[in-house]
Amino acid sequence: MNAAQKPWEERSAARVVAPARPRKLAKVPFVELADGRLQGVVSSGSDIERVYVSSLTAANHSFHCSTNNNRPCGGIRSGGCNHLRALADEAVLQYGVERVARYLRADVAADATTGAAVLAAVNAWHEPSAGAPVFSRFLRHLAYLELPATTEPMPELHWFPAGGAVR
Amino acid sequence: MRFDLLTAPVDGVSEAYDVVGGFDGTLVAGLLRPGAEQIAALHGLAAAVSGTPLAARVAEAVDKTVAGSISDEHLAALVAARSALLGAAHDALLAQLDEAAGRSRDLWPAAVPSAPAGAENLLAAARSWLSDLAIAGWRGIDHDLVSHADQAVQALLAEPRLRRLGALLDGFAGELRACAPGATMPRVPVRRWADLWARALLLAQPGALAAAEAGTVSGRLLPLGIDLHEHPTAVQAQVHAVLETADGPRLVRASVAAPKVDTLVGSGVWQLLRGHSSLLAAVTEQRAMDLVDMPVTAGGDLIWTDGHARPGAPAEPFATARVQLATAAAAPVPPLERHPVRLAEPVLLEGYTVTPHDDGVTLALPGLTIEVDVERMHSAGPLTPALVATSTACIGLLRWDGCWTIQPLAVEAAVKRKTVAVHAGAWAGGAGDAAGAKAEAAAADAVKVLRERAGRLLRR
Repeated sequence: MNAAQKPWEERSAARVVAPARPRKLAKVPFVELADGRLQGVVSSGSDIERVYVSSLTAANHSFHCSTNNNRPCGGIRSGGCNHLRALADEAVLQYGVERVARYLRADVAADATTGAAVLAAVNAWHEPSAGAPVFSRFLRHLAYLELPATTEPMPELHWFPAGGAVR
Repeated sequence: MRFDLLTAPVDGVSEAYDVVGGFDGTLVAGLLRPGAEQIAALHGLAAAVSGTPLAARVAEAVDKTVAGSISDEHLAALVAARSALLGAAHDALLAQLDEAAGRSRDLWPAAVPSAPAGAENLLAAARSWLSDLAIAGWRGIDHDLVSHADQAVQALLAEPRLRRLGALLDGFAGELRACAPGATMPRVPVRRWADLWARALLLAQPGALAAAEAGTVSGRLLPLGIDLHEHPTAVQAQVHAVLETADGPRLVRASVAAPKVDTLVGSGVWQLLRGHSSLLAAVTEQRAMDLVDMPVTAGGDLIWTDGHARPGAPAEPFATARVQLATAAAAPVPPLERHPVRLAEPVLLEGYTVTPHDDGVTLALPGLTIEVDVERMHSAGPLTPALVATSTACIGLLRWDGCWTIQPLAVEAAVKRKTVAVHAGAWAGGAGDAAGAKAEAAAADAVKVLRERAGRLLRR
C-alpha cells in the first residue's frame, strides 16, 4: 500500500483559487476581484477611444464610475450604472456568482445566478473615488500579452498544475 | 519497474517534513513576535541542520528571530535550512524512484562559478516584500501588503533573466490577493504558501538565477507526452521525451512558456505556445524530431530552438515507452530546484486494475496501490479521469506530495471494443475536435480584443 493522501494544508500543490472561466471580452475587457473591490474596465459603446473604469468596494458597497480621462459617468443612478451592471455580469461569468458574492460580502439568495442579483443584494451607493489605480491595473493586464515567450524551463511552475479536467 | 519498492517509507523524509511543518507554522502568525510553540519550531529547524555547514548561520538567525530583530540575511539562512531539508527529502525520494525504475542517473557536475544575473535592486525589492510577508504572517496579510508586490513583479517580468522569479511571485501574489485579508480566511494553505515564499526568497538571492551552462545534443527525439502548468498570468508546456544519442537513450524535457491573462484558459492556451516550438505540432502528429546541436542544460532541459530541429518519422509514444523507457538514462536535478514538487518522472504502467471512486481513480499494480493525481489533469486535452478509469496502460509522471501519485500523460483505453491511445497533450499542435476548435477560436478572439485595447490605450 501507498501512504494516504495528506490534508490540503500539508500539500505543496494544493489548489487555492479556482481558475477563471473564459468569457467574451468585447464589452468588458477587464474585470477582477482585487484590492478589496470588484473592479474593471468597460468599453464605451459610442467611442472606441474611451473606456469606463468602474469599481464596487467590498467594505462599504460604495461604487465609482468614470472614463479613463476621469470624466464622471453620465448614467449614475442609485444602485449603480450600466457599466457597473455589465461589470458585475461579466465578473459572475468569470468567477462564478458564489465567489463574487463572497468577495463583496453580498448576501445573495442561494439560487442567485446573475450579477444583477449581487448588485441588488448590496444596494450600491455612489461615492466618487480615483479611477486611475484601476485603469493602471488594466494597462498592466494588457502588458502581459506584450511580453515574450521563452523556451527556457521555469521549474517553479510545477507548483501550478493546469487543472480543470472534467471528473 | 519494481513498483513494490515505492511502498516503503523513505528514511528521514517524514522527520524532515515534521521539522519543515513546524517552521511553516511560524509563518501563519508571522515572525514578528513568535510564541513559545513557534520558538520551539525555529530551534527545531536549527537543530535539524546543526551537523551541516549551515549550522552557525541558522542558529544565529533563529536567535535573532526569537529576539525580534530579524534581517534579510537571517531570513535567507532560515530559508536555506528549510530548502536543504526538502532538498534532501527530494534526493532520497528520487533515489527510491530510480531504484524502483532501474533508472541510472548522471551525477551533478561540479559547480562552475556563474555570473550573477545583475539587477540587484530588483532582487532587493522582491526580498523586501517577501520579508514584509514573513513578518506579517499569512493571517496578517491585507490588500495593501499584497499590492506592494505589483511593481517588483512587473519589473522582474520585463527582465528575461529574472522572469522565473517574476512568474513565481505573480502566481503567489495572485493567490494572496484572492484570499486577503488573511484574518478572515477559513483555511490557510500552510505548506504551499511557505513553499512559494521560500522558493521566491531563494531565487531572490544574488546569483541564484544565473544562466544555466548549456551544452548541445544531437539525435532522434521521441516525445512521451506533455505536462501543462498554468497560473493566471503564465502557462508552460513541458514535453517529456526520450532522446536517442550516440551514447544511448536519455530522458530529456523541452519547455515552452508564455505570459497570459487569466481569461485565457483550457485549450485556448496552446496558441500562445505553438509559435515558439515546432515540437508541439510534432507531439500532436506523433512524430519524432531530429535534433542537431540542440542546446541542453546539465539538468536535461533542452533549450528549444526550431533551427536545431526538423520533423522526423512517425513515432508512437507507447512504443517509445515500451521499448526505450526502461533503459533511458536520466539527468541530475540542479541543486536549487531540488524540492519534492519537482519530482515528475516518466514511467509506463501496465497490468493494473482500476477502481474509480468519488474523488478520483485508484490504480492497483502488483505490489503498489497508487492514486491518480486528478488535480493535475487539465481540460486542455482529450484525456479525462473517466478514460483513465477504463484504461489498460498509462504513460504518466510519478509525483510526490506527501505520497506517490501518478499524473497520466496518455492512456490506452478500450473505446467501442477497440484499444485507442488518448494523450493529454494531443491538442498542443491544433484542436482535435469541434469543442476544442471552438475554445481555440474564443481564445483567439479574446487575444484580439486585448491587443486592440492595448493598441489604443497602452502606448500613450
